[in-house]
Amino acid sequence: MSADAPSTSPAEAEAVIHLEGVSKAFGEQGPGRKVVLDDLHLEVAAAESLVVIGASGTGKSVLLKHIIGLMRPDSGRVLIDGVDLQSLSTREITDFRRRFGMAFQEGALFDSMTVEENIAFPLVRSRRASKREIRQRVQECLELVRLEGTGPRMPAELSGGMRRRVGFARAIALEPRILLFDEPTSGLDPVMTALIDEVILDLKTTLRCTSVTITHDMTSARRVADRIAMLHQGRIIAEGPPRDFDAAADPRVRQFIAGEARGPLTTPH
Amino acid sequence: MLRSPLGAIQRFAIDFLSEVGRVAILFGQVIAWTPRAPFDWRQLLRQMVRVGVDSVPVVALTALFTGMVMALQSYRVLVRFSAEGYVGSLVALSMVRELAPVLGALMIAGRCGSAMGAELGTMRVTEQIDALEVLATNPVHYLVVPRVWATTLTLPLLVGLADVIGIYGGYLVAVVMMGSNPVTYMDNSFQFMGLSDVSSGLVKAAVFGLLISLVGCAKGFHTRGGAAGVGRATTRAVVLGSICVLIADFFLTKVLF
Repeated sequence: MSADAPSTSPAEAEAVIHLEGVSKAFGEQGPGRKVVLDDLHLEVAAAESLVVIGASGTGKSVLLKHIIGLMRPDSGRVLIDGVDLQSLSTREITDFRRRFGMAFQEGALFDSMTVEENIAFPLVRSRRASKREIRQRVQECLELVRLEGTGPRMPAELSGGMRRRVGFARAIALEPRILLFDEPTSGLDPVMTALIDEVILDLKTTLRCTSVTITHDMTSARRVADRIAMLHQGRIIAEGPPRDFDAAADPRVRQFIAGEARGPLTTPH
Repeated sequence: MLRSPLGAIQRFAIDFLSEVGRVAILFGQVIAWTPRAPFDWRQLLRQMVRVGVDSVPVVALTALFTGMVMALQSYRVLVRFSAEGYVGSLVALSMVRELAPVLGALMIAGRCGSAMGAELGTMRVTEQIDALEVLATNPVHYLVVPRVWATTLTLPLLVGLADVIGIYGGYLVAVVMMGSNPVTYMDNSFQFMGLSDVSSGLVKAAVFGLLISLVGCAKGFHTRGGAAGVGRATTRAVVLGSICVLIADFFLTKVLF
């Protein structure tokens, strides 16, 4: 089917991102099999900024890879703009991904290219712009992430925070409608974390796109989220605006927010 | 845990067939993605320089000394039958039919197959291959297609060069060291050589190039487990690539000659 043809009801198509009963497990059948996503339901509305929090190893990155179609669910459906990703061929899904921009945890910059070439990469591959337009767009993207003048440098010459911001610049080069951030602040100092959060908020205001951010940093989550959802054992166990979230009664959410070593999240099942 | 010999053989057979399956699937993807736009000619040329130009010294040195050793060994045996005049024929035919393609391919497996495994493996574990997919670029199209065709096209050129250098190596030993007549030596070198001997050697080289690059790319592409995984992928790219060359050599020799 065509990448643009809707395959769902109008109600499902209202949400930009719609995960319906998504399950994913790794490993062979038996006791060693690890269920990462378990009948997960999630919706993200247009221009909404959703932050997904959860302890390490709860499947946050796997969730993101399902949204962008890098992984396929064992069961359930992932609908983007009403299109079921599983109904797309490899070729169609490759084209469909132009709607997305994704910033990886460590930047995932192409280390054989300069910063400029990294940001220009999606523009060159899409063959929609002239060399002059590409240069101009690269400069715009670098300004948006506050990295003017770093174009000729190689990724190995940049700090961790700078590499991530170059990753953001590359992700927004094609002006995507959906932005995904995979742990954008993990391992950074508080000042750099605040700067990255500001850049994310700037991008949200400038681009007005839908975004999903994965993090386990509560300060960062409160800054950038319209809504926070907590992932635990493959399911969303709590969701709501940051203020409501802080007042959650669920002991698992309370333990996570308080950052306590003992509690229901760390009790073996 | 100790495994029974039968279990170990079974495990090895399954692993080997899985590897062959991965390489076959990758070959199918390369064929499917090659005609699709945009074809990256710059990447193809860059890879041809890496596999071809950068490998000239190692291949030339291998061919030169192989030709010299062949001449030295065969001269000492043939002189017993007063047939030392055939050293040139023996060296030339051995080089173009067998030694230049196989030894050249083994050198390229060590030099370029390993590099492909390491490069793609590092890109996999640092999420650069995922980034390509996210940026609406098929990684097989962008990374594997240029590497596979560059190696397939370049290895016959390297082997052609190795043929010439190997024959010259034999000439050096027979004429300069052993005192053979240079005109007779050169005459004998090409007396029994047909065009099919040379072309079959070049066909072998193209097939070896295809196998080495497919194995190297497949190992890199399916790397798991960080730096240790990249190390394993690199080693396996060389070992499996070399084994594929030797096995394919037997069947190609049977078919082509």
